Amino acid sequence: MRGLMKLFSAIYALAIYGFIFLPVVVLVVFSLQSTAFPIPPFTGPSTRWYEAVMNDPRLTSALFNSLAVAIISSVVAVALGFVSAWGFARFVLPGSAVMRGLITLPLTVSYLIIGMGLLVIFNMIGLPKNLIAAGIGHVVINLPLCFAIIYSQMGDHQINIERAARDLGATEWNVLWLVTLPILWPAIFASLFLSMTFSWDEFVISFLLTRFDTTLPVEIWNLLRSGLNPKTNAVGSLVFAVSVVAAIVLELILLRRRPA
Amino acid sequence: MTEALVEMKNISHSFGRAGVLHDVSLTINPGSYTVLLGPSGSGKTTLLSILGGFLVPRKGSVLIRGHNCTMMPPAKRPTTTVFQDYALFPHMSVGNNVGFGLRMKGVVKSERDRLAHEALVIVGLPEAFKKKPHQLSGGQRQRVALARALVVKPAVLLLDEPLGALDLKLRRQMQDELKIIQKQVGTAFVHVTHDQEEAMALADHCVVMNQGRIEDEGTPERVYAKPATRFSATFMGESTIIPGEVTSVTSTAISVNTVFGSFPIIATAEEGAKVTLAIRPEHMRLIRDSRSITFGSAEVTAVVFQGSFKRVVAASKTLSGPTFIAKIPATHEVAVGDTVTPCCHIENLIMLTK
Ligand SMILES: Nc1ncnc2c1ncn2[C@@H]1O[C@H](COP(=O)(O)OP(=O)(O)O)[C@@H](O)[C@H]1O
Ligand SMILES: [Mg+2]
Repeated sequence: MRGLMKLFSAIYALAIYGFIFLPVVVLVVFSLQSTAFPIPPFTGPSTRWYEAVMNDPRLTSALFNSLAVAIISSVVAVALGFVSAWGFARFVLPGSAVMRGLITLPLTVSYLIIGMGLLVIFNMIGLPKNLIAAGIGHVVINLPLCFAIIYSQMGDHQINIERAARDLGATEWNVLWLVTLPILWPAIFASLFLSMTFSWDEFVISFLLTRFDTTLPVEIWNLLRSGLNPKTNAVGSLVFAVSVVAAIVLELILLRRRPA
Repeated sequence: MTEALVEMKNISHSFGRAGVLHDVSLTINPGSYTVLLGPSGSGKTTLLSILGGFLVPRKGSVLIRGHNCTMMPPAKRPTTTVFQDYALFPHMSVGNNVGFGLRMKGVVKSERDRLAHEALVIVGLPEAFKKKPHQLSGGQRQRVALARALVVKPAVLLLDEPLGALDLKLRRQMQDELKIIQKQVGTAFVHVTHDQEEAMALADHCVVMNQGRIEDEGTPERVYAKPATRFSATFMGESTIIPGEVTSVTSTAISVNTVFGSFPIIATAEEGAKVTLAIRPEHMRLIRDSRSITFGSAEVTAVVFQGSFKRVVAASKTLSGPTFIAKIPATHEVAVGDTVTPCCHIENLIMLTK
């Protein structure tokens, strides 16, 4: 009976992980195909399709666009998130709880709705569809997350530590630079990396808010419209690789934080 | 008479509509150890925050060395605070924590390290210089926080329940050390606590607070022996409380009528005034002698053996009589349910008019 249970849980685990990872494995494996179709039998390995990606100026420029949007929008989202968390933690504001709820609300709204809303507003104020518009969209979706992560680290203890610094003669600038930022940097880095990974493979908002220059996920979608080929696999694998690196960096930061 | 180091004049404060401090005035002398004693919520932290500059009072003023500091932010005040949660900088070494205040004053690194080391020697922790706060125990962090606040040579050092997070044994030990360190450095300390034993052990000047007012202040010996108010008589040590009324007044004595009869007391009061008689537990006896005055009979409800003495609680059998609290010699045989005759010497009756 026990053995049977064990067997079942093993099969169950296998099924779950298979379900999660099989598509990725297939994607990566067939990106190394040497023939023109990403279907069995496997004819590789070959880097032919990666070279094709690198030689496609539309894909490489989309890749740089994506990186730029991810980095800039994340830095802005973290900066704004930090400032709002700092303000909420230090000042007693009327309706503070409601305001905090409102700032994190976009976490629950679908990207499609946010994208459409921004599209309407940008139309009204005459902001053309471009990467800046997409970047603003990414700030909108990532700001609540950055706020929530950083705010969670600003408890009474953190506030007392800052008071202690002021009490010992620190100016506000010194408090920020020598005390607040060094203590909160794991939270700040974590929110920065999370924002970057979300921005990096975000599709709907970029799709709605860009036209000529666009981000990598949108460019991949364009590519997919002309059918599957190993080049799409290769570029998909690249996107995946960047996300994996970001996730590992994030893990390392969070692991280092735990006191020994 | 030495000039006052700190004068807090007619301080009132409120959060929203609730009044927290009501017209509090307090003077702190140079080199003194002042303890603010009171129950939770009595406004001790608020008063200390006003002194430290973390709060600006609604009314009143704060003078330090004669300068009006009421509106001055903490960074500019000659005060430093030891926080209850220590508030050490977790990312800095102990040495850099202690040197932080000097760094803010622009003292060079080598000098900073030397002074920080000196301060750590004073608190008995020189070996911790290179460690990080998380490698230290609670008591050690407390010492680092003290060194950090002392090293900048403040006019007044403020401590808000500094021993509250420590276990009892460590608390008593740190308490002794605090007093020694204070005498050694000569800085005036203002220490907030709700522990009356701590207050009696540490204070040169004991300030009893209740509901945003100062009930009583003076040396701990005076406050204990002659409390000014009923609150002070029950909070700073225990007392048996017997209400009464002044019935006759002569030029040297008055007579106070209680449920146990009339007692003559050497004091002045107006006829008809409602007063309270308090008796300290060590003066309350259960065996009478020729000089005793007695308070009816009472039934023992609790006996706690405490080593050198027994603490006995007894309920009066007289209608609307008090609860008697007595500390009696450990050799005295008494058990719960026994009937006893509480008594004391007349000179140990403390008369309270408030
Ligand atoms: N920031 C605040 N906002 C509102 N009420 C407060 C605040 N700080 C203290 N109080 C109230 O003021 C009263 C006195 O508080 P406090 O000075 O902390 O007393 P203590 O230190 O003697 O326990 C309490 O009733 C408390 O609830
Ligand atoms: Mg308090």
